[in-house]
Amino acid sequence: MINRLNVTTIWVLDKDQARDFYVNKLGLEVGQDFKQGTYRWLTVRVPGDAGTEISLEQPGPPVQDEATAVQLRQLISKGAMGGLVFVTDDVRGLYETLRKRGVTDFTQEPTDNFYGTDMGVRDPFGNAIRILQPKKVAHAAKA
Amino acid sequence: MSREVEELNRRLLRSRDAMDRSYAQPLDVCAVAAVAHLSEAHFIRSFRAVFGETPHRYLQRRRVERSMFLLRETDRSITDICFDVGFGSRGTFSRTFREIVGETPSDYRTEHGPMMAPHCFQRAGTRPVAAAGVALRSSSFGDAAAATPP
Repeated sequence: MINRLNVTTIWVLDKDQARDFYVNKLGLEVGQDFKQGTYRWLTVRVPGDAGTEISLEQPGPPVQDEATAVQLRQLISKGAMGGLVFVTDDVRGLYETLRKRGVTDFTQEPTDNFYGTDMGVRDPFGNAIRILQPKKVAHAAKA
Repeated sequence: MSREVEELNRRLLRSRDAMDRSYAQPLDVCAVAAVAHLSEAHFIRSFRAVFGETPHRYLQRRRVERSMFLLRETDRSITDICFDVGFGSRGTFSRTFREIVGETPSDYRTEHGPMMAPHCFQRAGTRPVAAAGVALRSSSFGDAAAATPP
C-alpha cells in the first residue's frame, strides 16, 4: 500500500526565478536547495507540511538532450504541462496578498462554486496553479 | 531563437487566459492582441500556429463550453444563457452551438444533467473540440459587440 505522495515535479524555465515566485510571491517554503556537481536539487513545499515536496525541475542536459529540452520549454510556456492545486482557509485574503506582492497573472479571480471558492494564477513560466478554499460542510450527527 | 519562441508562447498564453477570463464581455481581437503585445494579423497567425485554432474559434469554444455548463446546471432560459456567455444574438449562439456541439442547446439541455467533477476540471475537460472540417472563420470578435446587458 502506498502511504503518501512524497515528491511531485513542476517544470520551470529558471530555478532562481522559480524559487523567487514559489517562495516570495506564492508563500511556499524551501524544502531543499543544494547542488550536487552541476545539478541543483530544489524543492518547495507548503509551510509546515513536510509530507509532500514540489521539485522544481529545469529541462536540459543531463536529464534531457537539448532538442528535447527545447520542446519541453515550448510546452511549458504555452501552458501545456499541467499544474498544481493548493488548499487555503482564506482564498480572498490570499488573493489580496498575492496582488500586493506584485502577482498579476491571474487566470481566475476568487469565484464561488458548490464545493468552495477558488482562484487561478499562472507561475512566471505558464504553469497553472489553482487555490481552493473548500466549502465548510456541516456534518450531520450520526444517529 | 528558442528563448524568443518561449517568450512569444507565454504572451500568447496570457492573451488566451484573458479570453478565458473575459469571455462574457464584448471582446475585440485588437484588445486581445494587445495583451500579447502583437499586431492583429501577427497575433492571429501566431495564436493559430501555437494553439491550433484561431483566437476567434478559441473564444467561441470557451463561450459554448460555459453555455453547456449553464444548460446543465441551471434553469436559466436559453436566451439569458446566450447573453450570459457573451454572444450578441440568439441566432449566432444557436448556429455556433450546433456547429460545435452537433445538437441544439435545448436538445443538449434535455440530455445532460449536472456533473460532479470540480468546475476547473469540467471547464478543461468538457470544452468541445473544434469540429473536423469546419472552415475557420474570420477572426472578427464581433459576437458580443451588440450585446445588451441581460
